[in-house]
Amino acid sequence: MKPLTIVAVSAGLGVPSSTRLLADRLAEATRQRAADGTARPVEVRVIELRDLATDIAHNMVTGFPSPALGEAIEAVTAADGLIAVTPIFTASYSGLFKSFFDVIDHTALTGKPVLIAATGGTARHSLALEHALRPLFAYLRAMVVPTAVYAASEDWGTGGSGPGGALTERVERAAEELAGLVRGSTGTPATHGADDLDDVVPFAEQLAALRAG
Amino acid sequence: MQFGIFTVGDVTTDPTTGRTPTEHERIKAMLAIALKAEEVGLDVFATGEHHNPPFVPSSPTTMLGYIAARTERLILSTSTTLITTNDPVKIAEDFAMLQHIADGRVDVMMGRGNTGPVYPWFGQDIRQGIPLAIENYALLHKLWREDVVDWEGKFRTPLQGFTATPRPLDGVPPFVWHGSIRSPEIAEQAAYYGDGFFANNIFWPKHHFQRLIRLYRHRYAQYGHGTPEQAMVGLGGQVFMRKNSQDAVREFRPYFDNAPVYGHGPSLEEFTEQTPLTVGSPQQVIEKTLEFRDYFGDYQRQLFLMDHAGLPLKTVLEQLDMLGEEVVPVLRKEFAKNRPAEVPEGPTHAARVAARDAAALEEVAE
Repeated sequence: MKPLTIVAVSAGLGVPSSTRLLADRLAEATRQRAADGTARPVEVRVIELRDLATDIAHNMVTGFPSPALGEAIEAVTAADGLIAVTPIFTASYSGLFKSFFDVIDHTALTGKPVLIAATGGTARHSLALEHALRPLFAYLRAMVVPTAVYAASEDWGTGGSGPGGALTERVERAAEELAGLVRGSTGTPATHGADDLDDVVPFAEQLAALRAG
Repeated sequence: MQFGIFTVGDVTTDPTTGRTPTEHERIKAMLAIALKAEEVGLDVFATGEHHNPPFVPSSPTTMLGYIAARTERLILSTSTTLITTNDPVKIAEDFAMLQHIADGRVDVMMGRGNTGPVYPWFGQDIRQGIPLAIENYALLHKLWREDVVDWEGKFRTPLQGFTATPRPLDGVPPFVWHGSIRSPEIAEQAAYYGDGFFANNIFWPKHHFQRLIRLYRHRYAQYGHGTPEQAMVGLGGQVFMRKNSQDAVREFRPYFDNAPVYGHGPSLEEFTEQTPLTVGSPQQVIEKTLEFRDYFGDYQRQLFLMDHAGLPLKTVLEQLDMLGEEVVPVLRKEFAKNRPAEVPEGPTHAARVAARDAAALEEVAE
């Protein structure tokens, strides 16, 4: 049976990083909930953009991905669910995070279930998720789950049973929302890449379209 | 199989000296390079067309007309002629004129151009790039084949009873290549007309072009022009050679590191691994170029980029000597081995006239 795949992309830079930590927690919580509702095995993978930072810059310059970056892009675009986690830098997602999604074809994430999450030093930047990450994935026509998860430094010390905003509860709520969409996934969506050659419009139709227009 | 060179015509500072050639020096260097191509036994010289600095070749048929007068055998071509922003009427006339001047030693490669701001300078819009390429070429195709044309389209004023002059030499239009880096629509267009498809593969990994060329060959056969193996394929290549490969790498590295298009990105080693760029000995160039046949099938034309990134003219001329003396003779011999009989040679005017006449005779016989 084909496994369900969940890929988490972490743009954290530290080793270890709180962004990676949040990505891991979200990935594991989503895996558990997705597994509960399906007989299919659930596979989780975390991609660290730090490891691909130079390759991403090279892709910007040359227009094509290195083998390692190409493989990561393939994993992201083929996943049944995506978890995208960035540190908040200068009031928005990090440049590395944005650059990774810039080198992916802009139609490749259409319809993809996505959970967005971010980390930061203080809770004051939490709305960056809503004014920066959510519009980014809306532009890509991804299906972003309603709960976005922000973890500030102080959140790492709070338990799950605290008042409504506690990190563990948000992680679980977001994971449940993503798992719900992932369970309904019928498999890898068709790639919409610009060089999907099976889709080429026959030339007579291209000519006719001009005449009709 | 035809071998030649294609030039972008960039004016680039030589990173080893900090000197930037003038436009005049660069244009004269391009002409010297073209004449050298014939001298060392190459078959084709192709020039790009650009309308924005740092590029100089805005007027290809002017340049090719001069080269025609100074050469005997060299086929003059383009890489590419902008089918989107040039008026197809002017393309029809310019290249028919060049055909007469050069006694048929002319073909042309159509391209769209990928620089948005250039389009409005010629009254067009890049968002219409593909439709422009389709409609303009349909008109050009007609203008070269019908003496009197009535025509109406979306992008250009209509034509009534129009005759493009001069008529193509011997009534046979220049052979057309359609150049593309990424658009399957252009491979489809080339297949539809039974024209050539030139995959400018020099900056990207091969698997992308394998798919495009496979599509072109497959559709070429579906449109009834012949077998997939008979489709006319051209490929790019980019090389820098010295007798010792370490010398080639040492000398070329500053040009690579600062090159337009890909400079300041991956290392020379990474780029040579992932793209057709070869920096090394003539033998390494031979080996890498011969691999193209394994990836793309037997093909008709191989063009090398030799003169960009600020390389001095003297160096480029030395490179052409090596290409003509040490590389191409071996490639000719090796590519001829096991080449199936039905795979066509590279296109020439004489062969196209002969094919047209043979087809006419066959029709009379029926």
